[in-house]
Amino acid sequence: MAAVNIALPLPVLPEGWSAEKDFKAVGELTHATDRNIEPVGPHFLAHARRKRHKRTFSEDDRIQAQSNVKKVEDEDAGEISEPEDPLMLQRDAKDWKGQDHYAVLGLSKYRYRATEDQIKRAHRKKVLKHHPDKKAAAGSTEDDSFFKCIQKATEILLDPVKRRQYDSVDEGANIEPPSKKDTQKGNFYKLWGRVFEAEGRFSKNQPVPKLGNDKSTKEDVEHFYNFWYNFDSWRSFEYQDEDVPDDNENRDQKRHVERKNQNARRKKKTEDTTRLRKLVDDALALDERIKKFRQQEHAQKNKRRFEKEAEAKRLAEEAAKAKEEEARLKAEKEAAEKAEKAEGKKAKEAAKNAAKKNKRVVRASVKEANYFHGAGDAPAAQIDGALNDADLVIAKIDNEELAALTSRLNGKKDASEIKQIFVDEVKRLIDAGKLKDGEAKFLSA
Amino acid sequence: MSEEESPATRVAIGISFGNSYSSIAYTTEDGKAAVIANEEGDRQIPSILSYVEGEEFQGTQAKAQLVRNPKNTVAYFRDFLGQDFKSIDPTPCHQSAHPLQHDSTIAFKIQDTAEDTENIVTVSEITTRHLRRLRNSGTDYLGKAVNAAVITVPTNFSDAQKESLKKAAKDADIEVLQFIHEPVAALLAYDARPDAKIADKIVVVADLGGIRSDVAVIASRGGMYSILATAHDYDVSGTQLDQVLMDHFSKEFIKKHKSGGDPRESDRALAKLKLESEAVKKSLSIGSSANFSVESLSNGLDFTSTINRTRYELLASKIFAAFTRLVLHAVEKANLDPLDITEIILAGGSAHTPRIASSIVSSFPASTAVLAPSTSPTAINPSELAARGAAIQASLIQEFESEDIEQSTHPMVTVTPHLARAIGILCISGDESSGVFRALVEAETAVPVRRTAIVATPREGGDVLIKICEGRREIKVTKSTPKAKDKKGTVEEDDDSEDDYDSEEEEDEVREKTWKVEKVLAEAALRGLKKGAKVEVQVNVGHDLAVTCHVREVGGKGGVRGGWQAPGVANGSA
Ligand SMILES: Nc1ncnc2c1ncn2[C@@H]1O[C@H](COP(=O)(O)OP(=O)(O)OP(=O)(O)O)[C@@H](O)[C@H]1O
Ligand SMILES: [Mg+2]
Repeated sequence: MAAVNIALPLPVLPEGWSAEKDFKAVGELTHATDRNIEPVGPHFLAHARRKRHKRTFSEDDRIQAQSNVKKVEDEDAGEISEPEDPLMLQRDAKDWKGQDHYAVLGLSKYRYRATEDQIKRAHRKKVLKHHPDKKAAAGSTEDDSFFKCIQKATEILLDPVKRRQYDSVDEGANIEPPSKKDTQKGNFYKLWGRVFEAEGRFSKNQPVPKLGNDKSTKEDVEHFYNFWYNFDSWRSFEYQDEDVPDDNENRDQKRHVERKNQNARRKKKTEDTTRLRKLVDDALALDERIKKFRQQEHAQKNKRRFEKEAEAKRLAEEAAKAKEEEARLKAEKEAAEKAEKAEGKKAKEAAKNAAKKNKRVVRASVKEANYFHGAGDAPAAQIDGALNDADLVIAKIDNEELAALTSRLNGKKDASEIKQIFVDEVKRLIDAGKLKDGEAKFLSA
Repeated sequence: MSEEESPATRVAIGISFGNSYSSIAYTTEDGKAAVIANEEGDRQIPSILSYVEGEEFQGTQAKAQLVRNPKNTVAYFRDFLGQDFKSIDPTPCHQSAHPLQHDSTIAFKIQDTAEDTENIVTVSEITTRHLRRLRNSGTDYLGKAVNAAVITVPTNFSDAQKESLKKAAKDADIEVLQFIHEPVAALLAYDARPDAKIADKIVVVADLGGIRSDVAVIASRGGMYSILATAHDYDVSGTQLDQVLMDHFSKEFIKKHKSGGDPRESDRALAKLKLESEAVKKSLSIGSSANFSVESLSNGLDFTSTINRTRYELLASKIFAAFTRLVLHAVEKANLDPLDITEIILAGGSAHTPRIASSIVSSFPASTAVLAPSTSPTAINPSELAARGAAIQASLIQEFESEDIEQSTHPMVTVTPHLARAIGILCISGDESSGVFRALVEAETAVPVRRTAIVATPREGGDVLIKICEGRREIKVTKSTPKAKDKKGTVEEDDDSEDDYDSEEEEDEVREKTWKVEKVLAEAALRGLKKGAKVEVQVNVGHDLAVTCHVREVGGKGGVRGGWQAPGVANGSA
């Protein structure tokens, strides 16, 4: 064969790639399939020449060579596996509407699931068996009634439109929903799964979600019921139409029957929708998972509530504690303050008393010093003046200064000494700007 | 009479022997196949024999006897060969001699001599008589006694059926050089044309006959053929189309002649109806309308009518659809996708029907070529394909000793490992960083095989990597979103948003073939390539699946060689 031209470029050799003699084997071929080459044409002859190469092959070789060959022809049609009901074999083909087309072809097990290929093979098997010529040959009367049933069944099942119409009303494919009692024996998934699988055949949307089992997630279960509550069905009921009279004579009658059929179809369709809805309702009601999810949700909710309450409680407790603590601290503080206050008062009292005492000492020392009059009884003016000045000094100094003054005056008997202390004190006050010069003239030098 | 002709004295033809029609063909001096017309000028000779007062008629003349002499007319018998009564379908013989059980075989009770007695004639004997007539036609045409043939058979013809046919042929003094499968004969007829190019392709041969249709999916690899899947259907066929017209014209007749009765209810009227309906059907393959005309159809009433092609196509639309489904089903059985199909050869008489071809065309991608008279000007007459293929094969092997042919068609020769996956190399493409796979050897290629590719290199030349891999074909499906919708506003369209949704659901999906690299087999480097150089990659797969390959710069010397072992052989043994 001529070389293939490939226009796309080869990749650049990656940095660092190396191999002995620039070649490395990485993997081997996948195992091959043994097939027959057709021994036809000039190219095969060349192949045969190469392969025979002066050898001859035996019968054993033949068997060996063929042992693994991939088969391309289907196995023989084989025997009909489904037993034939004797009553069915006596059916009249005229009553084809009432016949179970799948049973007639031996496909009861498959029904809407039968492929076109299966139907064709089933048909052929039945034809081979029931052809009227064969019956005649076998000595029985030439009754081709069941043969006609076979032909009718095949005609319907191989016509996609007619088959759908028949499948719409094929009772044989229905699976009745289990009773509540049966369901509660713990077979929910098995029993209802089959029901939904059968109902799913009518769905325009495929694939149809499966019922699942007790391990299905909440999302899957929700999706499942959503799907079924929004089921889009192709099911229709024209197969059960009343025959429309085929003569042109009676047009009114024809129209009447047609209208009747239309109404009947619509009614059946509505009923079917209702039926399915009820079926889904029933399943939903029995579905333990729904309860479980509800409980879980409930539990979840409760848990959340508990948590919330606990938190609230905790917060309240915390708040109370904080409040207590605060109160305690406050009390402590107040107590301390009180104590301090009390202390202060005492001290003040003491100070006051001390000051009083001190003032008395000061005043006494003024008297001791004979009101700074020298010898002899001091005149009243001198006494008043000296005492006033002493009071003035006392008023201008604080307790500490008073105490200091007192301690200096303490035990002093000498008038001049006392006077000197007062003079010093006044001088200090004048220096400190607390007294004006000449304000305490009885105590100045 | 000698058992077998020696190659020197052989005169071999190709025979296509169908239930409905047979054809014979020979190969001209310059190697072209041609179908031989019999004395009556027919190239499609009805496979029918009829006896009138001891005289034997065959072909078209015998077919005409279906009206007057159905009991002594034998038709649709090929598939009965080598079968027992239990496993045959006698339906096609309703209007001719009925098949009967006779010992372990099938026979017909007919008055085939001048005597007034009915004789039991086995299907084998009937076949012998039919083949003898074909042989005589060949002899007359070629001017020398035909004594050998390649005969086509369906792919599901059992060994017993072949044995039986071989014996019947031998009794007609025909040595069967080889039986070849009908679809393969059709493919060979196309591949033997001088302008045909050998390529690796997947071909579907849809043989649409009279009472059966057969589809084969064939891997054609370097001129060798392997059947990947087949489908057979005994309902979807030419007679079903005849029936559509028979029903139509019967109804027309009843409408016109209220007192004429239903022509389908009398055997004779039915036979006339059927013959004329088939003729009308054939005319409608060429013309846009056809006349139906039967003298004394029923109750002595003549009937003429016309039908146009459109009407016919409407009446038969379901059957046409079934033909297409059958073809698609076969593709599916081969685990392939319509995108994998390179061409579809329509063979068999019913393949002349334009509507069958056009509906197949529309069910396959544009990349699939459909070879039928109405879709391809270079198509070979589908009724002749099998006979032509048989004639070509006959010319190829008639020189061989029978023993030689026997040995060459032995399973030791024909049974061969076929690659499970394609072998190819990785190239660089702008939109794929990991590289794109390009196949050198396609899957389903028989080994040993050698394939070569010439590959481009980076613009600058330099060093390149050749990565040899196994690839698997995948179908990539992309849903095309309608552009118009994207542009549409979202607010004002609340009412019809639902319709929009529907139309979107029906949106086309775009399907394309892509490759997935399954495993890397080997890597090789070529260094210092010239600017604009090309690289030749050659892959050789041995009969044991060991591989060697050779890469080199085109025009350069040396290159890199390497190889690796067959699967299952322990590594490191070298
Ligand atoms: N030009 C045509 N247009 C339409 N149909 C045709 C044409 N020519 C032949 N046929 C139909 O093709 C059918 C015969 O096909 P073919 O010649 O392939 O028969 P066969 O190989 O003997 O088939 P089988 O074995 O299935 O009966 C008949 O139904 C015939 O009417
Ligand atoms: Mg054929």
